[in-house]
Amino acid sequence: MPKYLVFITVIGKDQKGIIARISNAVYKHNINIEDLNQKVMEGYFVMTMLADMSDSSMTIPELKKELSIIEKEMGLSIQVQHEDIFKAMHRV
Amino acid sequence: MEYSIEEVMETVKMTLYHNFDIRTVTLGINLKDCIHSDIDIFKSNVYDRVTDYGRTLVSEAGKLEEKYGIPIINKRISVTPVSLIVEACAEEDAPVQIAKTLDDASREAGIDFIGGYGALVQKGITRADALLIDSLPEVLSSTERVCAFLNVASTVSGMNMDAVIKLGKTLKEISNRTENGIGCTKFAVFSNAPEDNPFMAGAFHGIGEPDFSLNIGISGPGVVRSVVEKNRDCDLTALSEVIKRTAFKITRAGELIGRELAGNMNVPFGIVDISLASTTKVGDSVAGIVEMMGVEKMGAPGSTAALALLIDAVKKGGAMASGNVGGLSGTFIPVSEDSGMNEAVKAGALSIEKLEALTAVCSVGLDMVAIPGDTPAETISAIIADELSIGVVNGKTTGVRLIPVPGKKAGDYVNFGGLLGETYVMDVSTFSSRDFILRGGRMPSPITSMRN
Repeated sequence: MPKYLVFITVIGKDQKGIIARISNAVYKHNINIEDLNQKVMEGYFVMTMLADMSDSSMTIPELKKELSIIEKEMGLSIQVQHEDIFKAMHRV
Repeated sequence: MEYSIEEVMETVKMTLYHNFDIRTVTLGINLKDCIHSDIDIFKSNVYDRVTDYGRTLVSEAGKLEEKYGIPIINKRISVTPVSLIVEACAEEDAPVQIAKTLDDASREAGIDFIGGYGALVQKGITRADALLIDSLPEVLSSTERVCAFLNVASTVSGMNMDAVIKLGKTLKEISNRTENGIGCTKFAVFSNAPEDNPFMAGAFHGIGEPDFSLNIGISGPGVVRSVVEKNRDCDLTALSEVIKRTAFKITRAGELIGRELAGNMNVPFGIVDISLASTTKVGDSVAGIVEMMGVEKMGAPGSTAALALLIDAVKKGGAMASGNVGGLSGTFIPVSEDSGMNEAVKAGALSIEKLEALTAVCSVGLDMVAIPGDTPAETISAIIADELSIGVVNGKTTGVRLIPVPGKKAGDYVNFGGLLGETYVMDVSTFSSRDFILRGGRMPSPITSMRN
């Protein structure tokens, strides 16, 4: 089955458990993590997670809804976007 | 494929902080095959076509917003110029009946504006064209979502001054029949109107188009402003390069979403319009870009050069990003819809004359300009003629959306509400152009049009 790749991106204040909670949420829904990066940029904690949703029964809006609980509880900004938009904008 | 964290976050931040969005997806629909001599059957054909495709457009665009996390602000429809499809109708109110049908169908489908209520009269006016022009005050005051256009000039045909005379009076009448003249915000007058423009009020589905065509308008003044802000010290050559790269990225996003939406709807993909389209949001302003480039207020000396550099860079980046660039693809400098433009008018930095100069080199027209309600019809016609002459002579599209505001004088404040914004009424010369305008006739096409 072809991969269905999405970027889960997080911006916010650095704190314990961000990656653990997001990883756990995606694991629960059979989403595979392909790549993970984190960094402090302009004073904010930033994380990008490339994940494959092809084995999951979840859709992007459903995953966003699930992650919005973590977003609210931890005071973060979490986005989920299909990889193609990054390919279009950053690769010729 | 690997991406750096900086690349990923650049895209994310564009949407989160710099108002990056797809400004409009506009589905062009051919209505020629809906024509019927029985007006009731004709209306029913039009209604079914627009509601059917309109609903699909709204739902499919919503799915892509979710998939890519990029808002698609407007979902709109443009149709075959209505004067053309009512030619065979005996009823004198056929244009009005079709306008009401389009309005009802758009409401039903959840489409906020539908364009195409107009005519191409650059060389002359048919019976149906005349009926449609006469109906504009009624249609624009009694419908909610119908947008109107008229093409009264072109480089190959010259300018139909009889139509221009009529327009001065028509605009005043539309204005008098609607609160604050708001009906005029839904009416654009053009020279060299493109057949695939996705932006309202002037969108229509031209006669050279297929049955359907999905056209997309990108946005991005906020994104461009932010990169200009980050590059405060570079020279203009380097700045042009930075803007070009940004324009490339936002156009690629538009191209991706446009193509996918067209594919999902099973209609042909038309064009990406790379115009920078501002909104009333602070920061999402073309004037804001020019000011960030170093001009104190939009309209000050240097504004024309700055705007010329801006749109040139946007075109170069956009053309590299999409093989289907079309529509207007200039820069919009609407006064009421761009908070920075509006501030410049308030500060006294920007006049109608300077706006006209800006449009000569880089933009698409005098857009959303409020003028005093007592401006004579002939002066309105003369402003239109001036602006459209720039288009005719330079072989480019120019448009005019003037709003004579009843009871208001220069400097007065007027709020059109929502996306249409707010503005200050601009000063108009009180010297008369009456005798020139009332000569009428057709201004011949310029010699530069003879290219064969």
